[in-house]
Amino acid sequence: MNKTLKLVVDGAEMDVDGNMTILQACEQAGAEIPRFCYHERLSIAGNCRMCLVEVAGMPKPVASCAMQIKDLRPGRNGEPPEVKTFSPLVKKAREGVMEFLLINHPLDCPICDQGGECDLQDQAMAYGEAGSRYHEPKRAHDEINLGPLVKTAMTRCIHCTRCVRFTTEVCGVTEMGSTGRGEDAEIISYLDQALTSELSGNVVDLCPVGALTSRPYAFAARPWELRKTETIDAMDALGSNIRADVRGRAVLRVLPRNHDDVNEEWISDKTRYAIDGLGRQRLDRPYIRHEGKLRPATWDEAFAHIVAKLHGLKGEEIAAVAGDLVSVEAMYSLKDLLGRLGSTRVECRQEGAALPPENRAAWLFNPGIAGIDRADAILIIGSNPRKEAAVLNARLRRAWLNGAEIATIGPDADLTYPVTRLGAGPETLADAANLDWVRETLAKAKNPLIILGNGAVSRADGAAVLSAAMGLAESLGAIREDWTGFALLHQAASRVGGLEIGFASEGGIAKIYDDAASGALKAVWLLGADEIDPSRLGSAFVVYQGHHGDKGAHRADVILPTGAWLEQPGLYVNMEGRPQLALTAALPPGEAREDWAALRALSAALGVAQPFDDLGGLRKALFAEFPRLAAVDSREAAVWSGVPASEGGLSGAPFAESVPDYFMTNAVARASATMAELSKLAKERRGTTLAAAE
Amino acid sequence: MSTRRLSQAALQAGPFAFNAENEAWAERQIRKYPAGRQASAVIPLLWRAQEQNDGWLTRASIEYVADKLSMPYIRALEVATFYFMFQLGPVGRKAHIQICGTTPCMLRGSEELTEVCKRHISAHHNTPSADGDLSWEEVECLGACTNAPMAQIHSQVKGGAHSDYYEDLTPESLEKILEAFRKGEYPKPGPQNGRFSSEPLGGPAALSESDQSREAVNSSVALAQTQGAAG
Repeated sequence: MNKTLKLVVDGAEMDVDGNMTILQACEQAGAEIPRFCYHERLSIAGNCRMCLVEVAGMPKPVASCAMQIKDLRPGRNGEPPEVKTFSPLVKKAREGVMEFLLINHPLDCPICDQGGECDLQDQAMAYGEAGSRYHEPKRAHDEINLGPLVKTAMTRCIHCTRCVRFTTEVCGVTEMGSTGRGEDAEIISYLDQALTSELSGNVVDLCPVGALTSRPYAFAARPWELRKTETIDAMDALGSNIRADVRGRAVLRVLPRNHDDVNEEWISDKTRYAIDGLGRQRLDRPYIRHEGKLRPATWDEAFAHIVAKLHGLKGEEIAAVAGDLVSVEAMYSLKDLLGRLGSTRVECRQEGAALPPENRAAWLFNPGIAGIDRADAILIIGSNPRKEAAVLNARLRRAWLNGAEIATIGPDADLTYPVTRLGAGPETLADAANLDWVRETLAKAKNPLIILGNGAVSRADGAAVLSAAMGLAESLGAIREDWTGFALLHQAASRVGGLEIGFASEGGIAKIYDDAASGALKAVWLLGADEIDPSRLGSAFVVYQGHHGDKGAHRADVILPTGAWLEQPGLYVNMEGRPQLALTAALPPGEAREDWAALRALSAALGVAQPFDDLGGLRKALFAEFPRLAAVDSREAAVWSGVPASEGGLSGAPFAESVPDYFMTNAVARASATMAELSKLAKERRGTTLAAAE
Repeated sequence: MSTRRLSQAALQAGPFAFNAENEAWAERQIRKYPAGRQASAVIPLLWRAQEQNDGWLTRASIEYVADKLSMPYIRALEVATFYFMFQLGPVGRKAHIQICGTTPCMLRGSEELTEVCKRHISAHHNTPSADGDLSWEEVECLGACTNAPMAQIHSQVKGGAHSDYYEDLTPESLEKILEAFRKGEYPKPGPQNGRFSSEPLGGPAALSESDQSREAVNSSVALAQTQGAAG
């Protein structure tokens, strides 16, 4: 029951929901309450005592985070309960709590990475006393091992247990705990093992003191030295909102920004820590292949070489493939350039996903990412959301915590919540309507949701899988006016943007491979495309436009260096169809340019100059053609236009693990030393589990 | 007070499983709680595991109990490290002596009892004697201050597990008790200076007539002896 009650906060009367805590009500009233253990997205612990307030009639100060308004007694004559947040009692209580917290906290702020952005530091200044009466030795503490991402200095720990609650509740890996008692209480991971979660980096943000800090960022910079840019992540298709902190040219760290409908306030470890890959394996100048070897060249030489090679080619002899990290503008500009050369052969589905570009409902996460919260029965087909979109998986886990039933068809994987595994492959999907779980749970659910993995539609029978899954959703009544219970889970940040602007052509990547092998295709433009099979491009002339010396660049005849996603502005459309604007956080290295600028310059060299001279002009053309993309940060739902027909049946092969190595999914991550270390650790751990199982 | 962690021995010890009797007992404990709340039985199960495992908990036994109650290992470890009654390293096979060292017992000579333990068992607390039979530690108040100094002794002799108070101790009487345990005997618990329970030492000063019909030993000692005999 949401009963509205009257409450007086610091003399001002207000109406509040009785279920709110005093802390929430005080915040609503504009009073600031200091806190350490309380966090909006975690359960309430009430153990730091920093949020004490005075409630009229109560003999002692009250921990405001753990007391609900409805539990407060009215005054003697029925007057509303009165809360004071800056009375002498509150001031004294806060000073006392702060003095106790600081008893065992070392005075090592000058060598602490949290310095300058530390809750304890700030609150000690605001609410603490100037001195300490404590003269005895401080508590010592052994360091604990939380893996290569989280650096620990446990003497600084104030036992707020945010990390314990986060790993247990949000990550779903119960590996941290608080052992011992009293003075000897300590926060540990079980048997000192590294955390196995893909979200473990978030404990660094959650830690209100410097006990858990970022290991790759250790001693790298002070927060006031950094230039902060609010931008969008491209490591997965979720489009997490991030802030990139840069000093000089180097991106030193990535932090999450809050977006309730996308990533809440979490980001995955790959988003946070793959950035050291931006400093390695970079393409910082153009290259031309000469007698089998790539030699450095100038932009003019590279352009001249390309012009010579493309001269005389017919439109259908040129094709372009876009990779996973590129922006909508880059793809639009490339599509425009190829159009001017007479070619419509553009392709963004580099892994071969059988997604029909014209049927938008077939490739969007239709209910929206926030729609997961409304789903009460979820069937996941051929997908491992924990690896494909770790932050989204935390939302699925919360749906499960709130009572949703979840089942999978696909490989057996630990998703951090219990699932009913219905089967391994398409034969289960074909027969799904007759399964008990589907009939008893999914069909009877209020908001049933079918999540189809991008991996499952990238197989030879992808079109049939898509058609079967969409057909199942339709037959279950999951497609209604107010609810579209079919969602495609993408892995690549650029994919939905590419499909939105029709960066796809008949036959997909398979036809490009075939034509390149047969010689019908004479030139292939790779726009950051590294997840393709370069050996199948035959003897075609290959231009690689991108930022890392990865698979695509190794096959290239000409390399045009451009900036990575943090180094140029661009639109990214996330898997639910929400266009989001990424900004330039750092400058690209060497002679690398922005993608659209490189293409614009080349178009002039080719004699088919594009009609825009700046990014604004490009966007104007883009938005005129695709007005939906102009609505940044709002999503337009897809219209359900039926199940696409498919030729060919389902194969018998089970759905494979779509992400064999979570830490190595794109060129930047493959260049990152941190990701390499994590990948090695994950392999070792898998090895031990296998050995233990035998 | 000291930091409580699993000892090296606890980390390396072999597998653990309840014996048939404890298994049945554990099932009964678990059934006391509603479905999904089995974890509430963690303290009794850990205690029974400790009794079965020579008086201390190994990593394997904690994990066994956690698995049985479908709870994460770290949660069971939190419980085991929180309560000082759970031993995280090896204790004496026959008896583990817990000398109360809080003020009333200290004033009545508990430090001399500690000296006896150091001499007769081992120089350091929580370290079993050379023969592995006995171990000792100092604990906080056990609530028997009128019979200070005293010790709580967890023993495994005569085929059963016992946890008894030995009160009104002197260095001599404690030595005798230690010798008895070493031989595998089960010395009589309760006051060791002839008192029935906690009455004045020279006999009651008031209501003395009611003293005539009393039992030979007080009820907790009687219970301990019956159980000892049954064991």
